[in-house]
Amino acid sequence: MTSTALRSRAWKLLEMVTTPLLPSDYLDLVSPLRAGADLRGRIEAVHPETGDAATIVIRPGRGWRGHTAGQYVRIGVDVDGVRLWRAYSLTSPAKRRDGRVTITVKAIPDGKVSNHLVRSAKPGTLIQLDQATGDFVLPQAKPAKVLFLTAGSGITPVMGMLRDTEFDDVVMVHCAPQPQDVIFRDELHALVADKKLQLTEVHTDTDGMLDIARLDELVPDWAERETWACGPAGLLDAAEEHWSEHGVQERLHTERFRPTIVVAGDGGEVTFSATGKSVDADGATPLLDVGEEAGVLMPSGCRMGICFGCITPLKAGAVRDLRTGEITEAEPGVLIQTCVSAAAGPCDIER
Amino acid sequence: MTAIDPTAHLTAEQIEELGRELDAIRDEVIASRGEKDAAYIRKVISAQRKLELVSRGVLLFSFFPPAWIIGTAGLSVAKIMDNMEIGHNILHGQWDWMRDPKIHSTTWEWDHVSPADQWKHSHNELHHTYTNVIGKDNDLGYGIMRVDEDQKWQPFHLGQPLWNFINACFFEYGIAAYDLELGKNLDKRRRKNPEFRARAKAVGRKIRKQVLKDYVVHPLLSGPSFLPTLAATFTANLVRNLWSHSVIMCGHFPEGVQVFERRSINGETRGQWYLRQMMGSANISGSKAMHFMTGNLSHQIEHHLFPDLPSNRYAEVAVKVRALFEKYELEYVTGPLPKQVYSAWRKVVRLSLPNKKPKVKTPDRERELLAA
Ligand code: FES
Repeated sequence: MTSTALRSRAWKLLEMVTTPLLPSDYLDLVSPLRAGADLRGRIEAVHPETGDAATIVIRPGRGWRGHTAGQYVRIGVDVDGVRLWRAYSLTSPAKRRDGRVTITVKAIPDGKVSNHLVRSAKPGTLIQLDQATGDFVLPQAKPAKVLFLTAGSGITPVMGMLRDTEFDDVVMVHCAPQPQDVIFRDELHALVADKKLQLTEVHTDTDGMLDIARLDELVPDWAERETWACGPAGLLDAAEEHWSEHGVQERLHTERFRPTIVVAGDGGEVTFSATGKSVDADGATPLLDVGEEAGVLMPSGCRMGICFGCITPLKAGAVRDLRTGEITEAEPGVLIQTCVSAAAGPCDIER
Repeated sequence: MTAIDPTAHLTAEQIEELGRELDAIRDEVIASRGEKDAAYIRKVISAQRKLELVSRGVLLFSFFPPAWIIGTAGLSVAKIMDNMEIGHNILHGQWDWMRDPKIHSTTWEWDHVSPADQWKHSHNELHHTYTNVIGKDNDLGYGIMRVDEDQKWQPFHLGQPLWNFINACFFEYGIAAYDLELGKNLDKRRRKNPEFRARAKAVGRKIRKQVLKDYVVHPLLSGPSFLPTLAATFTANLVRNLWSHSVIMCGHFPEGVQVFERRSINGETRGQWYLRQMMGSANISGSKAMHFMTGNLSHQIEHHLFPDLPSNRYAEVAVKVRALFEKYELEYVTGPLPKQVYSAWRKVVRLSLPNKKPKVKTPDRERELLAA
């Protein structure tokens, strides 16, 4: 017998010992970061960066496969007992010697996860991790001339690149409301002092929003540079237009945060994605009824919110709990009780 | 079914107002659910797993009598925790709000021969929706017993004290059979029904795994302690079964609990539904430890009003619920475990014999209760 076959036999036996649980349920008690466990990380430190941003140092579990500068990671954090998933750029160099990774988080107004991480995350806390992903990365061969165009927390993936690679000729244009809002400001100025970076800070409170046409004056050779841009949609839209107008769009690489914002309304178009049906629903009819009326096979039970026999993944949009009025927004893994939820805007139910 | 309706003094508006007050209690808990509650269930799960591990470890040496006693006691408690405070409540969706896929009604499996999904259907859906409605809620006597004067007596019922005792000893098998609606489905034609066969197969698989673990794998691992370990696991299962059976009997069977006619729930309003849960359930009074070991089903009334609220919140909810009972002059049936168990058993014995058509009872229910 090969050793893998042996090992799977042994594992089967172990499963017999632990049934109905799995061996990992017990191993997680003692070693949640071990190889073979679901990927998790442990928060080791939280360093404030600005008034509303902080860097979180994370020790990833043994299953972590590493990252490339510029990539992001999805993390699952328990906020008020509820697990929420968000994506953040990795700001640590890819080969940090102690194997730790960092993300740098800016608290956004009403941002449940970002405020929690910046203001109340405690060292020692376990979080859930996905593997790093994203193609906002540098090419294999280091480009000769580089421009980084960033705003706000859009600086985070770029910081990962700056810390990872020594560039021969790199220019950065970064926008933030005021000087003290510039994340990593000391480190950036140190790079400038070492002549490793040319930096232009645009302080939007005093200078106003960056007019993309000003690039000609700020970075005269911008069109020759391989450019990575990250920030709010307005900036990126303007950049994409500007670069294609000049016929150099292949030199521009962009990364967008929070692509969709759910606007909770009252009723909306309900899509049953597994069946491929769409119908309009009002804000008072339970989705269970909406689905059944449309001829979709909906699981159900008590029809009054007590049996949990109707729970179904919410893939997109938002729904309202008809009993409490609470809004639930779609996120991976979010399930809703269709018998007591109604459409709060367009939504997609996996049935 | 008492001839005197103990809710007769309430007007329709009062019943709806009662419903609104109960909704408000529920909303309050939902709004304040948070980190502390999540920490609670995680702690209980981790304690249960550690207790089970240690107990099974001790049982490896169970040829040594003190080890047998400690290991068996520990394993019994671990199994009770698994079924009551953890399994029952997670499978009710009480912890789904945490969005932790590992502590979720859709993924949880318990130390029980009835597969979680089948149990959820018969328990969450049928029992909790149709609580104490004769002919709709099979929990009333589990289809093998007569627990109300109004149910038709048959000679078969003469043996029900014995059935009930056997059911208590092998309660998890009783539940599995009940979830399968075995009585009904063993009928020749139904037996062939593919859906029933699939469910029966799933139960068979679960039983095989459970039996293999408890009565083969762990005893074998114990080597020279094979037989003592076997006896220990058997004892732990027996203890768990007797305990959960007793707790569950206390929930709906003691004297003073109402049952309802099939027709009475046609067009039931939310307020009326709540009222039926209030009148159809009974509590167990006692210490914190007692509430914990019953999986907070000692707060059966609160659990039936709000089956999806986290179990650790029932105690605080109970204070408010009890005040509503007083306000609306309803009887809150509760008592210490021995008293409630006795009351439930007495009913089982009493109703094993035929009775005259329910006599019109004089309003002596209170005395009757005290006597119970
Ligand atoms: S059908 Fe029972 S909770 Fe929705």
